[in-house]
Amino acid sequence: MAQYLIRRLLYTFITLVGISVISWIIITQAPGSPIAITMDPKVSPKIVEQMEKNYDLDKPIYQQYFLWLKRLFTGNLYSFKDGRPVLDKIGERIWNTLLLNLVSILIIFSLAIPLGIFSARRQYTFLDNLGTFGAYLGISIPGFWLAYLLILGTVKLFGYPVLGMRSFVTEDLSSLEIVMDRLWHLMLPSIILAIGGIAALSRYTRSSMLEVIRQDYVRTAKAKGLPEETVYYKHALRNALLPIVTLFGFLIPGLIGGSIIMETVFAWPGIGRLAYQAVLARDYPVVMTINTISAVLVLIGNFIADMLYAIVDPRIRYQ
Amino acid sequence: MKIKTFLFIPPVLFLIILGVNLLFVSYRPPQRVNQLIMSSIGDASFLNPILAQDSASSEINSLVYNGLIKYDRNLQNFVGVLAESWKVEDGKEPRIIFSLRKGVRWHDGKEFTAHDVKFTYDKIMDEKTNTVRRSDYELVKGAEVLDPYTFRVTYKQPFSPGLGTWSMGIIPKHLLEKEDINTTSFNRKPVGTGPFRFVEWVTDEKIVVEANPQYFEGKPGLDRIIYRIIPETSLSEMELLTKGVDYYGVLPHQYRRMSEVSFLKIYSQPVFSYSYLGYNLNNPLFQDKKVRQAFSHAINREELVQYVLYGFGAVISGPFPSHLWYYNPNVKPVPYDLQKARQLLSEAGWKDRDGDGILDKDGKPFRFKLITNSGNDIRRDVGVLVQRQLRELGVDVTFETYEWSIFLKNFINARHFDACILGWGLSPDPDDYMIWHSSQIEKGFNFISYRNPEADRLWEEGRKEYDVEKRKQIYWRIHELIAEDQPYTFLYMPLGISALQRNFFLMERDEKGKEALQEIRLEKAGLMYDLIKWTVPKGIGLER
Repeated sequence: MAQYLIRRLLYTFITLVGISVISWIIITQAPGSPIAITMDPKVSPKIVEQMEKNYDLDKPIYQQYFLWLKRLFTGNLYSFKDGRPVLDKIGERIWNTLLLNLVSILIIFSLAIPLGIFSARRQYTFLDNLGTFGAYLGISIPGFWLAYLLILGTVKLFGYPVLGMRSFVTEDLSSLEIVMDRLWHLMLPSIILAIGGIAALSRYTRSSMLEVIRQDYVRTAKAKGLPEETVYYKHALRNALLPIVTLFGFLIPGLIGGSIIMETVFAWPGIGRLAYQAVLARDYPVVMTINTISAVLVLIGNFIADMLYAIVDPRIRYQ
Repeated sequence: MKIKTFLFIPPVLFLIILGVNLLFVSYRPPQRVNQLIMSSIGDASFLNPILAQDSASSEINSLVYNGLIKYDRNLQNFVGVLAESWKVEDGKEPRIIFSLRKGVRWHDGKEFTAHDVKFTYDKIMDEKTNTVRRSDYELVKGAEVLDPYTFRVTYKQPFSPGLGTWSMGIIPKHLLEKEDINTTSFNRKPVGTGPFRFVEWVTDEKIVVEANPQYFEGKPGLDRIIYRIIPETSLSEMELLTKGVDYYGVLPHQYRRMSEVSFLKIYSQPVFSYSYLGYNLNNPLFQDKKVRQAFSHAINREELVQYVLYGFGAVISGPFPSHLWYYNPNVKPVPYDLQKARQLLSEAGWKDRDGDGILDKDGKPFRFKLITNSGNDIRRDVGVLVQRQLRELGVDVTFETYEWSIFLKNFINARHFDACILGWGLSPDPDDYMIWHSSQIEKGFNFISYRNPEADRLWEEGRKEYDVEKRKQIYWRIHELIAEDQPYTFLYMPLGISALQRNFFLMERDEKGKEALQEIRLEKAGLMYDLIKWTVPKGIGLER
């Protein structure tokens, strides 16, 4: 097991270096430059040249890559766009993204699993079919479209601000009202973010449950006269949920990664928006750092998923 | 049994929370604060006037910092801000002497002096500073502090647009002396001399400034101004309707919806930019003035404004904003006249000799490629309309769009194009030497390679002349020359539309100190020109 771990870590490291080199090449070689984006007759070309020099953009690409690495690890990496330390910029947004994604995952799991079990127990009844229909709808409707409808609807209905993390006129509000206000601003985007997940996970739970209740041991349990409730919720459910547990590993990158579209639609100050703006502004240090962080998270997530498999399923052993 | 109950707790809990929350938002607590909330599509970058390039940063900087001077409300002359008065000493190397206002304090209490002005200038000129402002001061020979309240600039040659560059915000020497200007944390918590003090900046969410009670022109009427960052324009519209935003720059397609809202007041006036169809004058197709004039006759600009800008644009006759003093009102826009266009083209030798519907000359059909940058829907629509309108004339136009950086690098900067649709953003000073002078063909912004010796001489004269009346004569003549040559077909100048909640008023004080409320007026210098007098009177805007 220890040997497996070491080997696994080594592979992970090599993959990471590969990812960062390739993305550095792609990002810096893509058309556009952090500076020459504007066309302003009041700015002379000399200034642009000088600024390229100040940002080390005149150096060869491999030198720029090592400079980026060095600055990242010595904490001297500054954004081109506003001259702030890149890690500060990421650090202040990461909690917002984390909050939004945690709440939406909470909603996904708390609604999808009961929904899946409910559907499985009533397979092919009207309610199950309704659930299937709803799930397809949830998966296929574009989130941003639904988000706009929801925003329009709530604005028409309540006339209460929905964008951002909080309302902007909060002087006269009590602390309970402020909590409510924050909750309201959190609610809409996390529900929208959760819809696709609920649809997918409830289907997943349903099929997993259906598979398990056809097993021999379930029939045995029923045959020996156990109440149906006990068979379902004690014997079958535990085994049906095994594959779902391992999903947690894959959730990790999504937790921090953020959603560009939802964060933009709801004016949520998160990582996804930062990354998107950085790409538009060719802010290489920010793009690269976020890229690397997501790569690390994906690799960690895969690793955890693999480990969880081994833990929940004793038949799997890593050599 | 237990597991079953456990499983159904979360959904029930979720529904309860949702329900309570919905109850809360439908009860909507009332509130009224003497503040202004504006929206910006992007976050600010540097709250430091010498580094900022984006409009969000510039707007906030204009509240927190002061320049030595600023434009008056007609954008024609200057009025003093940090400078009480100034004097231009004409000559081969003209000098400007600024007498600074005494007793002005930075927001941290330290006194403002001429050393701060010198420091700001030095920082801009420092090559290590990542600023684009340096170009503005290239003709400055030197700047000196004569005494703490007198500052002198010497120019290498007469350069009248130079005066306007001293409206640049002044930064405090005592706080920045020992800092790396590009990365200092000062850029996020600025200290200036302006009417509003910085309070907080929550990334990608909001920037808050509050009234500076010690402001030398009096305490502003508003307690606070908040900039909200809303990354999508249709969402800003939503927020305007829920009163989460008080002021918003409306897009033409949103106008009709907004104008129906009773609590909004809508203003509109030309902005400092225009769109044009530029002809590459190195291309033999466009070297004949008659061809360009014919095109201008054939392109129905009124129609462009009607269909692309929903009517919110003005047809202009030359390269200047139509509401300002240097725009020559005697020059009329080229009228839409297909007959005249055909006649001009046939005078230039373009006729449909082979009957294929396309004009030809010396056996070559009139074909060219029109390009613009992608991602700008308005330019794309204009291009399609122009293509169709020129087709009526018998000219075969292909129209393509390219990603901005490629567009600039491979086509515009390489001077490798036939004709392009682009726009210029202008400043209140008429000196567009960089766009039109023939010295700018090689490397500058005269990428259409326009040459007119008389215009060249006038552009040179215009930047040497300090007298506004004489400058006006010069730019009026330039306007005539360019309108005659039609190196561009001037398409339109968009109108800026803005929406403001009706609860804001101007608090005017007469000589006896008596206060009177007035409607907010739209000045040539913009709606916000009198921002420090804005206020929300008590008893208005309480409903929510």
